[in-house]
Amino acid sequence: MENKIIHWFKYGSPQTFYPLAGKMIPWFWALAAIFCIAGLWVGFFVAPTDATQGEAYRIIFIHVPASWMSMFLYIVMAFWAGIGLSLNTRLSSMMASSIAPTGALFAFLSLWTGSLWGKPMWGTWWVWDARLTSELILLFLYLGFMALQAAIDEPRRADKSGAILALVGVVNVPIIYFSVKWWNTLHQGASISMNKAPTMAVTMLWGMLLMALAFWMYSIAVALQRARAIMLEREMHTDWVKYAVE
Amino acid sequence: MLTAINLACVRGDRRLFANLGFTLEPGGRLHVTGENGSGKTSLLRILCGLSPSETGEIRWQNEPVKHLGDEYRKSVLYLGHHNAIKEELTALENLRTAAALAGVAVDHAEGTELLGKVGLSGREDLPVRFLSQGQKRRVALSRLLWSTAPLWVLDEPFVALDTAAVAWLADIIGTHLSHGGMAVLTSHQEVAINSGIAQTLRIAS
Amino acid sequence: MKNTAAMNGAGPSEDIGTFGVLAAVVRRDLLLALRRKSEVMTALFFFVIVVSLFPLGIGPEMNLLRIIAPGVLWVAALLATMLSLNRLFAGDQADGTLEQMVLSPAPLGLLVIGKIVAHWLVTGLPLVLIAPVLGLQYDLSGRALAVLILSLLVGTPLLSLIGAIGAALTLGVRGGGVLLSLLTLPLYIPALIFGAGAVEADISGLGASGHLSLLAALLALACFFAPWATTAALRIALE
Repeated sequence: MENKIIHWFKYGSPQTFYPLAGKMIPWFWALAAIFCIAGLWVGFFVAPTDATQGEAYRIIFIHVPASWMSMFLYIVMAFWAGIGLSLNTRLSSMMASSIAPTGALFAFLSLWTGSLWGKPMWGTWWVWDARLTSELILLFLYLGFMALQAAIDEPRRADKSGAILALVGVVNVPIIYFSVKWWNTLHQGASISMNKAPTMAVTMLWGMLLMALAFWMYSIAVALQRARAIMLEREMHTDWVKYAVE
Repeated sequence: MLTAINLACVRGDRRLFANLGFTLEPGGRLHVTGENGSGKTSLLRILCGLSPSETGEIRWQNEPVKHLGDEYRKSVLYLGHHNAIKEELTALENLRTAAALAGVAVDHAEGTELLGKVGLSGREDLPVRFLSQGQKRRVALSRLLWSTAPLWVLDEPFVALDTAAVAWLADIIGTHLSHGGMAVLTSHQEVAINSGIAQTLRIAS
Repeated sequence: MKNTAAMNGAGPSEDIGTFGVLAAVVRRDLLLALRRKSEVMTALFFFVIVVSLFPLGIGPEMNLLRIIAPGVLWVAALLATMLSLNRLFAGDQADGTLEQMVLSPAPLGLLVIGKIVAHWLVTGLPLVLIAPVLGLQYDLSGRALAVLILSLLVGTPLLSLIGAIGAALTLGVRGGGVLLSLLTLPLYIPALIFGAGAVEADISGLGASGHLSLLAALLALACFFAPWATTAALRIALE
């Protein structure tokens, strides 16, 4: 038990986490590839054709996991940012900054696939349904976080300011989601809704779960890589970086 | 009593100073010297609690300042490079507002009197933007007159003052020290303060 | 409010209570706004101009304008508020008064609340007062105008509170104004939905009480959280 505690704090510094992350990254890429192949296979070959939507519905195997990931990653990002702010640890803040672009990517992917789904189904490239609109706002929240950090030169200030923004954001996400849902249901014009997805056959659910896992492994791999780059950049004047880069 | 233990300051990639410590007793004054950019202002800001120190801690009456919060802020008066006055307000309004924000009540009569002591008689009701640099500095210095804080942290307080004002300020600081107050100051000029036990802290780059 | 101690040159010594400090902050900011009238008026004029732009862009068809009125008025109010947020802390930071506020023994949250109250009185309240006049340009009924005023009355303080967080986070940062908008606008969306929605609900006969209650709930929540987030951001900005 004591060993475990020592372990944790040891890996809390960039210097020791850097090589550890380096070793972990290939494994996560491998897992991501495996889950992705499995998920796509289930999604395209195993899951049955939908009665009402035909084959085009299969895009939900990307759209829904991407949505889940974008929301999950925001919470993870806010968590690490909060830890970095309250405990004053550099590494946690670096993790938060590493996660943001991937979260934004998934939000964008969710919107794009949502749009691609919408066109053959409802005839328009965009519908203002509650989920898509919330996803759009989530993308803005990610972009705001990234823009704020990019605009502040001093790294510690960027970390802390970003953390406050992320925490304010995480509190607001349920409020925003609720208000958008309210807005959507009251404006009865939206008979079109992404929620009218085909009733889930078990295989469909499996496909989405596998893809979600694939995205998750990918996110970890990419976030770790980004974190390593940030570590090198921030600590470039220290000795361990000089050795690491050799 | 103010104690600084193992303070360090990093700006960007540069380490301005490290292992910095001192003790200041009532009646003592600390002169912080060093070249431009050596970190004097940073040190003063750390002492006030505006910036955090990379390492170490500051103790006030042997209590870590982190735990004291409001109590410490009540005991510190800071005069930085900025005058901390509003150009559109009159000297009197500036003084009374500054006092109010620090929780001290100064009424019209008192305020006028204090401004008289700083040499601004007859100019209390002029918007500050019509005053000269030196006069604006005096409005800023009027803070020293209504404050009850025992610790004064003054960054270049003599800048923009004429000889008479410099002497006046040195006198005020001296009086403060002889009443048991403390002062930490930086100054490019040699100023004779005739009271208090002096220490000098030199930050070498 | 202010204690007038019997003074004989001994120096001021009485403490002002919490409310006294709050009042001092509000009074100071109001005085400053009074002497810098141009800054105050620009937000108001912006509101008026934006509201007048929409008919020019969409056409004078009254039936259409009546439908879009709540949304247009609320979006314009939102944008006008956002324009003025830059000034909330920037002036104080530039002349050093913000530092003194952070160093004050009075709780920074209290001082921040004072500044936000003053900001609302100078920016938000004029919008509330002029909105009904603009609503007439869109042929809103008297009742709808009343709901509009109420929704803005509850909503504009909410906008000031949320905006203060953004203003504190972007204090002295490159690209300030636009960055502030990018950060604050997503957070404004619930206020917009409930505020404009209240007026629409009233027009369509559904009753605005639901929307207004939710708006009031958000305001209560913001009164609690926004000062905390703002003071944290201000301290970081001054480090």
